[in-house]
Amino acid sequence: MDITNYVVLAAVLFAIGATTVLLRRNAIVVFMGVELMLNATNLAFVTFARMHGDLTGQVLAFFVMVVAAAEVVVGLAIIVTIFRTRRSASVDDVNLLRG
Amino acid sequence: MNDVIGLAPWLVGLPLIGAAILLLGGKATDRWGHWLGVAASAASAVIGFILMFRMIGTPAEERSIDHHLWTWLSAGGLDVDLGIRLDPLSLTFVMLVTFVGTLIHVYSVAYMDHDPHRRRFFGYLNLFVAAMLTLVLADSYLLLFVGWEGVGLASYLLIGFWDTGRPSARENAVAAKKAFVMNRIGDMGLIAAMALLFAGTGALDFGTTLSDDAVGSLSEPTATAIGLCLLLAACGKSAQFPLQAWLGDAMAGPTPVSALIHAATMVTAGVYLMVRSGPILEAAPTAQLVVVIVGAVTLLFGAVVGTAKDDIKKALAASTMSQIGYMMLAAGLGPAGYAFAIFHLLTHGFFKAGLFLGAGSVMHAMDDQTDMRRFGGLSRFLPITWITMGLGWLAILGIPPFSGFWSKDGIIEAAFMPVEGQPWRAWVFGTVAVLGAAITAFYMTRLFFMTFGGRRPRWAENQHPHESSPLMWWPLVFLGVGSAALGAVLGIGGTFVTWLEPVVGHAEHHEPVLPVPVIITATLVVVVLGALLAFRMYAVSLVPEEAPRGSVLTRAARRDLYQDAANETLVLKPAHGVARLVQVGDRDVVDRGWGALPQAVSWFGAAFRKAQSGYVRSYAAGMAGGVLVIAVVVWLVAGLGGAQ
Repeated sequence: MDITNYVVLAAVLFAIGATTVLLRRNAIVVFMGVELMLNATNLAFVTFARMHGDLTGQVLAFFVMVVAAAEVVVGLAIIVTIFRTRRSASVDDVNLLRG
Repeated sequence: MNDVIGLAPWLVGLPLIGAAILLLGGKATDRWGHWLGVAASAASAVIGFILMFRMIGTPAEERSIDHHLWTWLSAGGLDVDLGIRLDPLSLTFVMLVTFVGTLIHVYSVAYMDHDPHRRRFFGYLNLFVAAMLTLVLADSYLLLFVGWEGVGLASYLLIGFWDTGRPSARENAVAAKKAFVMNRIGDMGLIAAMALLFAGTGALDFGTTLSDDAVGSLSEPTATAIGLCLLLAACGKSAQFPLQAWLGDAMAGPTPVSALIHAATMVTAGVYLMVRSGPILEAAPTAQLVVVIVGAVTLLFGAVVGTAKDDIKKALAASTMSQIGYMMLAAGLGPAGYAFAIFHLLTHGFFKAGLFLGAGSVMHAMDDQTDMRRFGGLSRFLPITWITMGLGWLAILGIPPFSGFWSKDGIIEAAFMPVEGQPWRAWVFGTVAVLGAAITAFYMTRLFFMTFGGRRPRWAENQHPHESSPLMWWPLVFLGVGSAALGAVLGIGGTFVTWLEPVVGHAEHHEPVLPVPVIITATLVVVVLGALLAFRMYAVSLVPEEAPRGSVLTRAARRDLYQDAANETLVLKPAHGVARLVQVGDRDVVDRGWGALPQAVSWFGAAFRKAQSGYVRSYAAGMAGGVLVIAVVVWLVAGLGGAQ
């Protein structure tokens, strides 16, 4: 298989994730977009690790997974808390920090 | 001499300890504090006597002793040792300060009897004595400066001593501040002189700076600058033109203060400075000429002011100014004048202190009245004051054989000495000195007869003048005897001049431009004429109780020849203008200029805060856009680089 296919797939997945983050208002869906972006990068890491024949990219993919897991835990907790207080999961409602 | 030199520091130490006890001891010392003050001053006087008699017993060439105490400060090239210089000049001052000072302390015990703050008064008096002795005993300009500031402080505290609970409290406080501020102007001169001196010779102690080598190494412009700065200092301290305005107001202080500080000792510190710095002045003929001119102007100025004052203390203050003018004139004449400057300073210290204390005694008898137009005919009621003040009056007139004759005549003769290349000097300054003597005779006779003479008393009806207590008149007697005899004792045969010779050097004797007997006769004739005129005007004819309007000159003299107005227009107004300009500049230029900076920051902040919308998705869009831009740029740069 040509390595280009993997890279293009990773780019497409990343673009879908980024678009989701930018366009959707529901916090849970935004979160899913973020996960998609992270996994797209993971795919790119693994692809390039394979290409170069060393394990650094693979190891980094694991790191990203660990960070993503931790991020999900914290992020979901924040979303739940915001939902409890403001009765909404829309990211546009949470704009108290505007200048 | 060496076995008693250890006593010298105690000259300063004892009054200083006295002041410390009195000022720190508080009310606990109220009951006996004034006697402690007298004792401290008297002990200093005793030490002074011991040192003086021992010095008379030593050969003339060994009479200048620098007694090293400890190293005061050592900074780079500047090493200042704290030490005492004992020589005939400093000992003369020690005797004057401690002896007259002790008499005035004793007088004050009675004079301040009813004052609730008498202890504090004695504390300040002792502080003054200690500071004045530091000034004259110092062996370097730096230590002299310490004493110089110390006497200024004591003077300030004592002029404003009655700054509460009296109708004149506010005026007294203002007078004290005026004296203090005007003295600061002079002090800047002394600091500048020290800086120049250190730059020129690398030292500040008298031993080095006044040696022939050090003075010889100064260029004439430098020496002139140092001389003029020293003169500025002397003008401030000694109330010489143009810094004389404070002395008249300083009479707001209690009368013993006026006698001790503003007549006998502190105000003569400027003359001491001039004589002590003689070698530097001699290297700068221009500065010397300026000293003489300042002296001549002040002696006429003070004398003219003195003729119009109705306040007995202010008339005496004007007289002090004028007499110190004589001393300055002599101090500017070089070695021929130094000895007579100091001699006149000494006799003046006695007769002027006596006159002031006499005035205090009169005020005491007249319920603190100072207006001479309300006195008259007091000789019957205050016989001792009358006689002692009479001796002082004859002394200041310069009638032989009283003190003033011997010293003032010396100055007048010295003023008539020809100066090479400038024949006008002898005539101008000699004439001024003689004219000053005539005016002095007029105003002092006026003062004396307005107070004691006259056929009709002019007091308020409920006044019962009475002679003051023995504690007050005994000092008057001592000072009266001094006024009568001191001049003859020290003047006949040139005893005093010889005594000072180790310090001021031997003066080549020149013949004055007029024969000496002619000068003496002419001086006596004008003095007697001045005195007779005043006698006719104020003893024979009636003195009006209200001051008549008077001529233009009289009105000007009453207002101190407009010196306050002149200071106001020439110094205060421009200074206020500059201050206002600086204030406006600070507010409108500096403040506005710097104010623009935070203003600009604030505008930037206002513009950029629009970016902080609070919407997470717009931040994310910003980041994504930014990354995209960076990616495109990297791609383009890499692509272009690859193309080359």
